[in-house]
Amino acid sequence: MSPSVPLQEMIRAIRSARTQCEERGVIQRECAAIRAQFRQADNGGRSHNLAKLLYVHMLGYPAHFGQMECVRMIASPRYSEKRVGYLGAMMLLDEKQDASLLITNSIKNDLSHSNQYVQSLALCTLACMGSAEMCRDLAPEIDRLLRASNSYIKKKAALCAVHIVRKVQDLGELFAPTARSLLAEKNHGKYILNDTFTDTCLSNTVSNECNESPGVLHGAVVLITELCGQNTETLEKFRKTVPDLVQIMKGLVISGYSPEHDVAGISDPFLQVRILRLLRILGRNNEAASDAMNDLLAQVATNTDSTKTVGNAVLYETVLTVLDIKSESGLRVLAVNILGRFLLNNDRNIRYIAMTSLQKIVGTDHNAVQRHRGTIVDCLKDQDASVKRRALELSLALVSATNIRSMMKELLLFLSSCPPELKAEAASGIFNAAERYAPSQRWHIDTILHVLTTAGGDVRDETVPNLIQLITNTSELHCYTVHKLYRALLKDISQQSLVQVACWCIGEYGDLLVKGECQETEPVQVSEDDILDALETVLQSHMSSPTTRGFALTATMKLSTRITDNVDRIRSVVSIYGSCIDVELQQRAVEYNALFKKYDHMRAAVLERMPVIEKNSPGHTNGVSTGEPVKELKPVQVKQGEPQHAANQVCDLLDLLGGSEEPQQPQLAACSVVPAPPISTSTAGGDLLDLLGGLEPTPLPLLTPAPTMTVYEKDGVTLTLSCEKQSDSGLMVTLTASNSTDSNISGFTLQAAVPKSVQLHMKAPSGDSLPPSDTAKVTQMVVLNNPNKVNLKMRIRICYTIRGSTVQDTIQIDSFPTH
Amino acid sequence: MMQFMLLFSRQGKLRLQKWYVPLSDKEKKKITRELVQTVLARKPKMCSFLEWRDLKIVYKRYASLYFCCAIEDQDNELITLEIIHRYVELLDKYFGSVCELDIIFNFEKAYFILDEFLLGGEAQETSKKNVLKAIEQADLLQESQIEDWGSLPNEEIL
Repeated sequence: MSPSVPLQEMIRAIRSARTQCEERGVIQRECAAIRAQFRQADNGGRSHNLAKLLYVHMLGYPAHFGQMECVRMIASPRYSEKRVGYLGAMMLLDEKQDASLLITNSIKNDLSHSNQYVQSLALCTLACMGSAEMCRDLAPEIDRLLRASNSYIKKKAALCAVHIVRKVQDLGELFAPTARSLLAEKNHGKYILNDTFTDTCLSNTVSNECNESPGVLHGAVVLITELCGQNTETLEKFRKTVPDLVQIMKGLVISGYSPEHDVAGISDPFLQVRILRLLRILGRNNEAASDAMNDLLAQVATNTDSTKTVGNAVLYETVLTVLDIKSESGLRVLAVNILGRFLLNNDRNIRYIAMTSLQKIVGTDHNAVQRHRGTIVDCLKDQDASVKRRALELSLALVSATNIRSMMKELLLFLSSCPPELKAEAASGIFNAAERYAPSQRWHIDTILHVLTTAGGDVRDETVPNLIQLITNTSELHCYTVHKLYRALLKDISQQSLVQVACWCIGEYGDLLVKGECQETEPVQVSEDDILDALETVLQSHMSSPTTRGFALTATMKLSTRITDNVDRIRSVVSIYGSCIDVELQQRAVEYNALFKKYDHMRAAVLERMPVIEKNSPGHTNGVSTGEPVKELKPVQVKQGEPQHAANQVCDLLDLLGGSEEPQQPQLAACSVVPAPPISTSTAGGDLLDLLGGLEPTPLPLLTPAPTMTVYEKDGVTLTLSCEKQSDSGLMVTLTASNSTDSNISGFTLQAAVPKSVQLHMKAPSGDSLPPSDTAKVTQMVVLNNPNKVNLKMRIRICYTIRGSTVQDTIQIDSFPTH
Repeated sequence: MMQFMLLFSRQGKLRLQKWYVPLSDKEKKKITRELVQTVLARKPKMCSFLEWRDLKIVYKRYASLYFCCAIEDQDNELITLEIIHRYVELLDKYFGSVCELDIIFNFEKAYFILDEFLLGGEAQETSKKNVLKAIEQADLLQESQIEDWGSLPNEEIL
């Protein structure tokens, strides 16, 4: 085809521009010329002008003035103009533009054009940018083309129908019978279709060898896949096609060499992959269908050549299908072994694919995946960040009580060299694994310390209180822990989490440090001055965050009761900070000063050793030993620190008895995830709540498990509700949503309404997208306050987007599970 | 289904963009910019797949051009690589040893070829020969109708 000279000249002119400014100049001139040409009558160069405009558009310049020209060109009788017109329509007119509606009529006419290439243009454009209205208007035309035209048009019509069905789901019913009949088109040999599904006479249809049919088959399979994905009834009906599909697949796998459709020795891999995918949908949760395809899948799995990517593509799809349907165990083992082979493949892409698939089944076929643990752990050392990420996720999933020590070694090694974006994930994964499977307390503490030294900056904030709690609980290791932490502190004070924990421990167990004897590590001579030096370094260092300095100051203060000689030094340190610029430090220093001066008699009691913190005990009143509530001492101040400090300050709260820092509570309520160390909810706190009225009730962890009930279950989306009574009139409701379809759901939002006298506060949801097949859930917490004790009802509206269309639904909950 | 396909050079200049989902111009530009940046930042030996927003991106570099496709969660990444390869083969056969300049100066033809191979984000014809034959016929149709500057009227050939 001869090139468009005017177009190429323009492109040359634009490319020869040396600066951005020059280019803009050239383009402005060209656009002006084009605009002038558009206004003129037909001069034979219309297609060239529009092509020029489209090039300019691709460079990023505005081209909306060409929209009407596209509409005009599409209506032209000349094929060259139609071609460029439709191309322009696909590039400039999407369904959001009003002008797109103007082409509906042209498309309709062209769909019935006598020339198949014109028909093809119309079909292509409709499938690319057809809006819902256009689809509704033209669906009957498409159906007609699906039934009676040559295979060139049929295959395009099939894919156009797919687009229509995606845009307007109701039209699925229109295409279902036709889709069924399309499966009768067959290449690679004669084929008889015996079927009573459709009422058009199709039984005993025999179709001869026809070179174009595989395209139609492919289109038909895609269409059927789409129809089944949207409507479960349709899926039930299409299950009957499983034997036919198996036949077609067999034909492809066994048949001789077909040069046209062959790719590296595989016969029509695109069609094979699509059929396998359809079989997956049809066989899921259905024994009969799964049985029918067992043999075929085994055959494909064993016979497909896996030296090239294309063979691996087919194998990959086969493995996905085997793992998803109710296959027999031998087949499953075969599939996992294929994945294992993939893991050893030189091609990085294949390794990545293997790990993604293994991730999906690690929950169900854990043992099978464990066999490949070695290879997976090796992939942690791969150069590619995506592969590393997959390997990390999979390794964390494979950690178990038996392999914890060796796995942890590898994971810690990984942590020291992993890319920064993976550090946080690795650290929290390691913590979880350590918590679940720690073989001994000491190992656990060692591991956490190791993580803090290597990646202390990337751990989550709740690590610090968690670790502190862990340390307090292992009373026999206090000596060992404080020694280790002291040594780590001396080496490096840049990792904030580590420094915070170290300061806290030194504050608590400084006396053990001074005593110097420790069974687990070599004894080291540490004098009181050394300790105070270390803490002062932390206090004065530029690297320490304000929170860390708070920790250090409090630790210094605590040492005043633990050590004997240098109390004066402590006193002077504390008084210096009484005039510190940082308000938090200043306040602490002033209060500690007060403790020294006016309340020296109470100092010992206030700064006593912390008791063992219990995890998740209900509404516990802080049990912090001999607490005379010191509330009359400290002025109550509502501190408006950021929520992440709240978690750290919790530990400091526990330092100063009596929990008069009650005002911390509202912030903790604001960040709905509260880590294990409980909030000080002493009886003193209760009084303060009255004083400060209007504060939100603190979420208290309850012992009795919250009852859950399923409130909504439709189209694969499930919403469950669980309640926890917070106080006399307060209720914390947790809504959990999950998605069991195999399409992604995005933009998932919940809105709630309650009776007038009830106060409602919705917290931020954990996310707004639900991945398919229940892989992750979205939770949202709602705090209700029902002071008048009216009958509690709630109406919830659910809104989400699935496969491009929005779904809205409302449910009413009339009774809440209470206890 | 494929949501979009982008072809861009090593310098980040867009050579072809095909969108199968409705998005505003502004969004398209934003996505293109982000994706081009992300892909160009990848080192040569890295994996051809990456996760981006809620899509899977499959990309492959052929000489100076990056071919980048965005597919949905259930699509097979490996077969998408094959689709990209098939498209390159088609371009190669049509232009005869295709290079980036061919695609720059004949971008509309690159689109026509793509539209014969993919429809609505899915492969429509799995035989290379048939795709090329269809393009050839369409080109013939166009040729027979093209009017030279100010001379013969066009003939309609059906």
